[in-house]
Amino acid sequence: MKSIGLYIHIPFCKSKCPYCDFYSMRAYDGQPDEYTACVLESLEYWADKLGRTADTLYFGGGTPSLLGGRNIALITRRARELFGIDGEITVECNPSAVEDGFFETIAKSGVNRISLGMQSAVDNERRRLGRQADSKRVEECIRNARNAGIENITLDVMLGVPDQTQESLKKTIDFCLRNDVPHISAYMLKLEEGTYYYNNAEKLNLPDEDATADMYTLLGDILEENGYRNYEISNFAKPGFEGKHNLKYWNCEEYLGIGPSAHSFIDGKRFYYSRDIGSFCLGCEPLPDGEGGDEEEYIMLRLRLADGIVFDEFEKRFSKPFLTEISERAKTLEKHGLVNVTEASLSLTRKGYLLSNTIISELIYG
Amino acid sequence: MAAKKENIRNFSIIAHIDHGKSTLADRLLEKTQSVAVREMTEQLLDDMDLERERGITIKAHAVKLNYKAQDGEEYELNLIDTPGHVDFNYEVSRSLAACEGAVLIVDASQGIEAQTLANTYLALDHDLEIVPVINKIDLPAADPERVANEVEEVIGLECMNAPRVSAKTGENIEQVLEKIVSDIPAPLDSDDSKPLRALVFDSVYDNYKGVIVYVRVVDGKIKAGDTMRMMATGAEFTVVDVGYMRATSMESAKELTSGEVGYITASIKTVGDARVGDTVTTAEYPATEPLPGYRKVNPMVFCGVYPADGADYENLREALEKLQLNDAALSFEPETSGALGFGFRCGFLGLLHLEIIQERLEREYDLDLVTTIPSVIYRIHLTDGTMLEIDNPTNYPDPAYIDYCEEPITKANIYAPNEYVGAIMDLCQERRGVFKDMTYVTPDRVDIAYELPLNEIIYDFFDVLKSRTKGYASFDYEIKGYERSNLVKLDVLLNGDGVDALSFIIHSDKAYARARKIAEKLKEHIPRQMFEIPVQIAIGGKVIARETIKAMRKDVLAKCYGGDITRKKKLLEKQKEGKKRMRHFGTVEVPQEAFMAVLKLDE
Repeated sequence: MKSIGLYIHIPFCKSKCPYCDFYSMRAYDGQPDEYTACVLESLEYWADKLGRTADTLYFGGGTPSLLGGRNIALITRRARELFGIDGEITVECNPSAVEDGFFETIAKSGVNRISLGMQSAVDNERRRLGRQADSKRVEECIRNARNAGIENITLDVMLGVPDQTQESLKKTIDFCLRNDVPHISAYMLKLEEGTYYYNNAEKLNLPDEDATADMYTLLGDILEENGYRNYEISNFAKPGFEGKHNLKYWNCEEYLGIGPSAHSFIDGKRFYYSRDIGSFCLGCEPLPDGEGGDEEEYIMLRLRLADGIVFDEFEKRFSKPFLTEISERAKTLEKHGLVNVTEASLSLTRKGYLLSNTIISELIYG
Repeated sequence: MAAKKENIRNFSIIAHIDHGKSTLADRLLEKTQSVAVREMTEQLLDDMDLERERGITIKAHAVKLNYKAQDGEEYELNLIDTPGHVDFNYEVSRSLAACEGAVLIVDASQGIEAQTLANTYLALDHDLEIVPVINKIDLPAADPERVANEVEEVIGLECMNAPRVSAKTGENIEQVLEKIVSDIPAPLDSDDSKPLRALVFDSVYDNYKGVIVYVRVVDGKIKAGDTMRMMATGAEFTVVDVGYMRATSMESAKELTSGEVGYITASIKTVGDARVGDTVTTAEYPATEPLPGYRKVNPMVFCGVYPADGADYENLREALEKLQLNDAALSFEPETSGALGFGFRCGFLGLLHLEIIQERLEREYDLDLVTTIPSVIYRIHLTDGTMLEIDNPTNYPDPAYIDYCEEPITKANIYAPNEYVGAIMDLCQERRGVFKDMTYVTPDRVDIAYELPLNEIIYDFFDVLKSRTKGYASFDYEIKGYERSNLVKLDVLLNGDGVDALSFIIHSDKAYARARKIAEKLKEHIPRQMFEIPVQIAIGGKVIARETIKAMRKDVLAKCYGGDITRKKKLLEKQKEGKKRMRHFGTVEVPQEAFMAVLKLDE
């Protein structure tokens, strides 16, 4: 049986960023330790229940670094024992929430990849996003991680944020190149209902649709010139540094999510823990979220990848050839430079990435 | 019980819209105790919701009133209500033909208006005795003496003794009843012994009884068990019941005799079998000559009616069939549009009729509709000498084969205070009108006569006229005939593909301006899509206006929400739902609003 991916959600933040709708809260004194105990308990439960191995581990949040190096190391060690993890182990860090010695502590337990929530290298843009650290602090984190032996570093960059321009974006890109990180995630800002941004969009001086699309194109062009591959809509990597855990989502592979609001996909079933730390710590069962992994889902997810849908793989997985009507529809889109269709595969172009929602819907439903 | 012929009075009430016809009718019912005061709802004769809301009478109704006059005699007064809009002129004329007299209501403040005159002339054409009544004397602006003078001067009716009433408060209503008795002649030339000839002035479909045929018996008599024969269609039915219409019920009678007004039921399935204007006789003792004036009313205005959701096609058909049971002037036949799918080409008497039907379909049958631009019937003469009658731009032939075209022209009269003459003439000029005449009906009111192409007035002419004259102008028209005209068909192309539902026929002088406006509207209302979409408006193969809808740049979900695939999937489903509401033309998706926007170009 294939190994699964393991995701652990750490729902703590010092403060809420104005664009974020992920499940997080301010931890009270002692809560990180209590929560660590709950996660360890849950790991035991799932290891026993599933009897599966895992080959990736990912700490997401929230702000996982707020748990403290010691707790992360504790969880990592136990998870590795229980699930036999010997692969990519990532921890998301907020550069303003990393204690001294943090990277050494977690690196010793097996963490080998760091994701830094930089968002922008332009300080006033980053402050408007609710991020306290300045770019010097980000560089310091990168250095510290490397000194601790963690070379696989990814930086988050946001596109289409308040006050951002093509010029200011170039500064952020320069920062990434100067620091020679092997992986960059570039997310276009989406206004999520209920957030401050959503409710105050007019006041934010947001770049419009066209400007944001231009930023994405600019970023992609520069990164590709510099040896990065746009292997997924929002992700760029030097060869060999693709995010293996996240690839599981896009490949429609199995993963287990632990912690409130974490999602799982195991044995064809999707399920998730409710957004409530209390019920998670009491040991409440996750909630069912229906069947997963059907053709539609597979197509939707695989089209996010540069490799796209490889027809042979599709046939192997679903025991039938790839749907001809989709190929037909793809041909029309190809004329407009939105997709690539070959004998062997179907994928989106960069222009197509920008319209992926529309294109995927068009391909699947016509 | 049938009254003595000397004591029967058959009359209509005629008036300009809003001059108080329905309210006066209500008062007459109340005064004659035809209806208990507690049963009175405002405007009893208008029983369709729509009529009450729009304040117009859509279909005629009739009611029998018993009145004991000051001379001590019992009179049978048959009030035949008439529709109050130009679209229903023929129905008005049939109602009038069933009467010996008409009560003419004139608003004490507004005086004579377009339909006051039009209806008066129509009544005079039918040799009716006209009883003028000056209404709304309770209004502060009322000037009954001035209006009475106006009526005497303009129409030549003696008006000094005309009742001055307030239908609203009920003041002097008695005088109206006395005038009806004293001035309107009894139907004395009716003859019970002749073969039956009864004029159908209205017919209404009832779920239980089938069609209820409203008639004025001119000669002879009819009773249950007779075999009635419609003289125009030849259809025969066995009479189930005859009787009189009361304000709130039907009263069965042994027979209907000449001079009387009443109803006949005979299990008739559609009003098309008992058309307004037809003559009823009996198979047992048939008349040889029908009553004069029958004409099948023909739709004048056509448009495509499509369900917004294709799944509602059958429901739309059923709804149209049901409406047609009660409306012989409504025509429809299936039509397919590349743009809108399956729907119906519907014919209407005029724009009001169209709006009423559309509103009833949406309101009473809960249908969501898309309608195409209304069209009139054009006559296209081909080079080979044949002539096509076209009400649908889709059927417009290749211009290479067209010798010449003709379009219907109306004779229109507009009445307004003279300060609006300039505004009215500008409007008529814009609408390709040809000025005919202008007369001063009073020192400060004019009657402007124009010839206007029907296609210029079917859509929004009346609305624009009202807004430019602050509501003071009134308008009336009749069809004059066909005239040669320089017509072209405008085609709308999206991404190079023609959209049939947006094509229309227009005079060539107006084609360019209209084309530019359509292109702008479409650009405004069609959302950006995956690729650039040229919007072109063309005549034949020649593009005369063009806009471009830029390609959409960004529609992407960047984050994966930590494996929350369901959230992404829901988004995909939402996208799919959104697509459903779009109309597809080749690769272009057009939302419903874009169609509406093009239809309402002038707003």
